[in-house]
Amino acid sequence: MMFFIKTIPVIFFFSLLGACSSMHLRGTGDLGVVIERASGSIQIVETTNKTALSRVVGLGDLSHASVVYSRDERYAYVFGRDGGLTKINILSSKITKRIIQSGNSIGGAISQDGKQVAVSNYKPGGVKIFDSNTLELIADIPATYGSENKQSKVVGLVDAPGQRFVFSLYDADEIWLADLASGKPVITKYKNIGRQPYDGLITPDGRYYIAGLFGEDGLVVLDLWYPEKGVKRILDNYGRGSKKMPVYKMPHLEGWAMTENYAFLPAVGRNTVLVVNRRNWKQVTSIAVHGQPVFVMARPDGRQVWVNFAYPRNDTVQVIDTDKLKVIKTLKPGKAILHMEFTPRGEQVWVSARDAGKVTIYDTENFNSVATLPMNKPSGIFFTHRAHRIGL
Amino acid sequence: MVNHHHTGIVLKLLLIPMVLVYFSSGYAAEEISNISVQRQAELQNLLIQDCGSCHGMTLKGGLGPALTTDALKNKSRKMIEVTIALGRPGTPMPPWNRILTKEEIHWIVNILYTGVRL
Repeated sequence: MMFFIKTIPVIFFFSLLGACSSMHLRGTGDLGVVIERASGSIQIVETTNKTALSRVVGLGDLSHASVVYSRDERYAYVFGRDGGLTKINILSSKITKRIIQSGNSIGGAISQDGKQVAVSNYKPGGVKIFDSNTLELIADIPATYGSENKQSKVVGLVDAPGQRFVFSLYDADEIWLADLASGKPVITKYKNIGRQPYDGLITPDGRYYIAGLFGEDGLVVLDLWYPEKGVKRILDNYGRGSKKMPVYKMPHLEGWAMTENYAFLPAVGRNTVLVVNRRNWKQVTSIAVHGQPVFVMARPDGRQVWVNFAYPRNDTVQVIDTDKLKVIKTLKPGKAILHMEFTPRGEQVWVSARDAGKVTIYDTENFNSVATLPMNKPSGIFFTHRAHRIGL
Repeated sequence: MVNHHHTGIVLKLLLIPMVLVYFSSGYAAEEISNISVQRQAELQNLLIQDCGSCHGMTLKGGLGPALTTDALKNKSRKMIEVTIALGRPGTPMPPWNRILTKEEIHWIVNILYTGVRL
């Protein structure tokens, strides 16, 4: 009997030790997630050795899916098209919690303090805010407008400093600023901002919220240092113009490249990238590119801007030198290039080719392909350093 | 089909969907001969992936409306074809007649009405 009493704790101790030594401790700063949109799965990847680590399945409709990270970079929150919000532990590659929070959603954001996760919904139109730890609902903000109390689709949701979220109402032509500093949302509404805001971005310093308009030309800016001053219009000729060229894929605003002096914007419906002076928002020049640009993304050092394109010219990526203001490289990584993501300091970029079923990793200095990873219809690529960036 | 004249009104009503199914499946079979198998696969991919960017990969809607068989059942097939070909002014729906032929649009609409293999 004595034997048992003494050995059980000893065995227990050794089995614990065994578990610990076989467990591979690691950080998450070089991890990321690649969306496999057609199979409702993601792959967890790491950028140091350029490998895929594991796959997590059962995430629903991931068309247009996006990801934000907890500030400890341990959890990924995946926003699915079907209203699914899934919290994934990227170290154990296990689903921590999954909820269906609406019928149809488009994106999400995480608050400044990392404690709230917000989701923008098409159906029912509005924003829901959840506890990032438990995914319990904290606030429900229906995007009601007009005398009939209709609900608008919500787009362009971003986090802003001061525990705020900003978003645009596509059907209502409004921008809403939701302040959650008190725990309950206090909403400021900006009405008649322009027709059909279709996406929004926040500048990396968190000061300006900029919405793109589909229904008319021009952009709308809200200065979050002085929200009481209301919205302003800039770049009056930015848009489809009088000829209204067809747009086969809406350009994304999140990826707008900002360098020291210039902002690089995807033209809407035209095969050009616009270069705009950041101080006065006047157009400096436009750069002819391969197709209608979708993402226009600056390498972290701002020296290069990488561009992908809308269907049917979506097999190509081009690189613009931001000093010479011209295209310096054209790459063909495969059919249906959907997204690009730079490593935290930009020595490499990961490019997803949906129809080619792979992610290609390029050296951004010599443009050599340094690795390819097979993926099932890959779309968005999200690395964990986003956790510490405003608006990502 | 001639026998339908002799059946009761209730039975007639019941038959309408069956007739529709008959015609729509016949329709689809007809089109297959015009478009190569490889092109059909491309169109199927286009429908699910690229149309799916706005209409959802399960076609339950997004920025654009739902395109499920249920959502389309009261809409005219011709109207859907014209919408795909010419787009919808005032919305992000672009005209696809610059990219797809009439026959290809026809084929896609058939797929939509008969139910997409997702």
